[in-house]
Amino acid sequence: MADRPEGNAEAGENRPKLSLHVPEPKFRPGDTVDFSHIEVPEAGQQPRPDETSDPRDMLDFAHGLIRVLGDDNKAHGPWDPKLDPDTLRTMLGHMAMTRAFDERMFRGQRQGKTSFYMKCTGEEATSVSASMALAADDMVFPSYRQQGILIQRGYPMIEMINQIYSNRGDKLKGRQLPIMYSSKEHSFFTISGNLATQTPQAVGWAMASAIKGDSRIAATWVGEGSTAEGDFHSACLFATVYNAPVILNVVNNQWAISSFSGFAGAERSTFAARGIGYGIASLRVDGNDPLACFAAEQWAANRARANAGPTLIEFFSYRAEGHSTSDDPSGYRSAQERDEWPLGDPVMRLKNHLIEIGEWDEDRQAKMDLEAAEFVKKTTKEAEANGILGHGLHHPFHTMFEDVFEDLPWHLQEQAAQAIHERETKFPEGLPNGGKGA
Amino acid sequence: MSDTATTTATKTEESTDRRLNMIEAINDALDVSMKRDDNIVIMGEDVGYFGGVFRCTAGLQEKYGKSRVFDTPISECGIIAAAVGMGAYGLRPVPEIQFADYIYPGLDQLISEAARLRYRSAAEYTAPITVRSPFGGGIFGGQTHSQSPEAIFAHVSGLKTVIPATPYDAKGLLISAIEDNDPVIFFEPKRIYNGPFSGYYDKPVEPWKRFDASVVPEGHYTIPLGKARYATRGDELTILAYGTMVHVVEAVCREKGIEADVVDLRTIVPVDIETIEESVKKTGRCLIVHEATRTAGFGAELSALVTERCFYHLEAPVERVTGFDTPYPHSLEWAYFPGPIRIGEALDKILSE
Repeated sequence: MADRPEGNAEAGENRPKLSLHVPEPKFRPGDTVDFSHIEVPEAGQQPRPDETSDPRDMLDFAHGLIRVLGDDNKAHGPWDPKLDPDTLRTMLGHMAMTRAFDERMFRGQRQGKTSFYMKCTGEEATSVSASMALAADDMVFPSYRQQGILIQRGYPMIEMINQIYSNRGDKLKGRQLPIMYSSKEHSFFTISGNLATQTPQAVGWAMASAIKGDSRIAATWVGEGSTAEGDFHSACLFATVYNAPVILNVVNNQWAISSFSGFAGAERSTFAARGIGYGIASLRVDGNDPLACFAAEQWAANRARANAGPTLIEFFSYRAEGHSTSDDPSGYRSAQERDEWPLGDPVMRLKNHLIEIGEWDEDRQAKMDLEAAEFVKKTTKEAEANGILGHGLHHPFHTMFEDVFEDLPWHLQEQAAQAIHERETKFPEGLPNGGKGA
Repeated sequence: MSDTATTTATKTEESTDRRLNMIEAINDALDVSMKRDDNIVIMGEDVGYFGGVFRCTAGLQEKYGKSRVFDTPISECGIIAAAVGMGAYGLRPVPEIQFADYIYPGLDQLISEAARLRYRSAAEYTAPITVRSPFGGGIFGGQTHSQSPEAIFAHVSGLKTVIPATPYDAKGLLISAIEDNDPVIFFEPKRIYNGPFSGYYDKPVEPWKRFDASVVPEGHYTIPLGKARYATRGDELTILAYGTMVHVVEAVCREKGIEADVVDLRTIVPVDIETIEESVKKTGRCLIVHEATRTAGFGAELSALVTERCFYHLEAPVERVTGFDTPYPHSLEWAYFPGPIRIGEALDKILSE
């Protein structure tokens, strides 16, 4: 290297010194929160393009914010899906049930009944309302915070709790971390736990549906933080290349555990805008506005079903609680954020809308909330009869080796025999409690 | 044709049987399968109109249409992920990864997704996918077109890994892989696509058509996964190999006049432990040969299995001949390749104990 100057000083002494930008959220614990930098347009201001529009003619929708419910609690503008009051009450009921379920399961984890739980508080509309805009047999590829879809689709709650408790009744045989549900009967894909892997899978499913000339479409949900994964890029690319009948829902809840959305690129652009580069129709939606969520998902479903292609939807929302029971957000963000969030709470907004149009009142709301809490409590008790997360004794040991393959090859047969031998060594008198769990 | 009749050692040039090279046999397997099952789709880089860079999918798009045989973006993650989604729908995708060296961007979708769908969903969802991919060196492919990453997949619970060594086997094993309801990695030893390889790179390739193992019957037949084949029989020692190396060890044994049980494993997961035990207990000596890098290669697993199960029958330590623990070099390809010298010396050593 003798023929070259060492270091930067001589070679580039006229050049400015570079510096690395590391994103930093606006507010940390104890900070006073001011969200005035977030642009919140008036409800009803956004036009509604035709579902078969060329994505190049609707670029603004990736940067705007589709809103239907105004501060006056009325529905406004062309995106108003004009749902009848019964449907609105059903939507409110599913959201309230989801919230009651989350409360109970969170407490169950704190009581030691299971290892882990994740609430979706504040984001109920992004799953419940969106799911209501799909057909029941449209295939969904959710992430881990879309319990609202299962509740909306009528999946028995006891199955959810059995899974969370990894008990004898768990259809997944205690193999999965709590909340990683699966229900083929409800067209609900098995939740991975690895992030964003479901997004290109949803596109593949949609491609298959198109290959077979089917009429069903696919929808997937991913957090804004997980859009950083290459899988999400693959999903967008395959979706646009094959014009797949798929909806890519990005739930932007601002936080990926302790990393704010800036670490997924939010300082520079919106998440909806990622669709533009792929030529995907892209909508940015008030994720705390249940009517806007429904309307946007319905628009995308109509588009997909008309063979007009994929849609990317960013639901702009806020994660009102911690990432999971293993997380304490007071360590990294201001507690004021939740109260100051400019888009409010989806359950309150829909409730207030129903009251505003004379189809609901506080007494009925209180009664509904109580009934939801009691239903969850009763169902939890039923599930607890199947056991709570114990010491791995709820399922026969051989089930550990099943479903690795369709058949049990010789090496797994040998290992299963070893596991059973270890159990017999540990419990020579048979399992405690007659094998009904520890 | 019986399994033991597929040895490459026999040559019958005067024959009216249909003879195919391995590319044609793979193409035939895909054709036969697609004709039988509308749910089979093929996708991958350049597999559609062009028919694949090695021509394995030639003519299939024309025959079965663009919605069943199509090109993909250069995105192995996307290819495998789309296949997983299609499998969940009910299709039986057969994606091609153009070179095994390119498979890594798709690893998460293979390891965390395809391999575990059945387990994590308690069999609600499965991944009946066959990922075809040319692998191995010997074609001056440099470090990105020569690797043998089979041990990575062998290490993953829920994946089967299959490696054919002859055209006859390639067809029967590929049809079995496609019909299997679990994800299968199907590595095609591209060095022997056109003819078996003696290990002498400076000698001309003898085309498959001169060998009996290129007799490929028309129509549907299967070779079960998890069943090895004796490429040759002999009492002096057992040689465990797969893919290209089956032919190299056969050639070296012929040259040295050694009578060996050359066991072509054909499937490495699940591996045919019965055949391995049967042969090693008979011969008392075991050489393991693979082209992949040595450390934590599949040979290490084979060596452990043989030692655990046949120790008191062994008359010599188990030996491994492998590629070196370096990337596959371009100009020094044949110095890297576990060729006749490395194999010959190991044979001498193991037989002199």
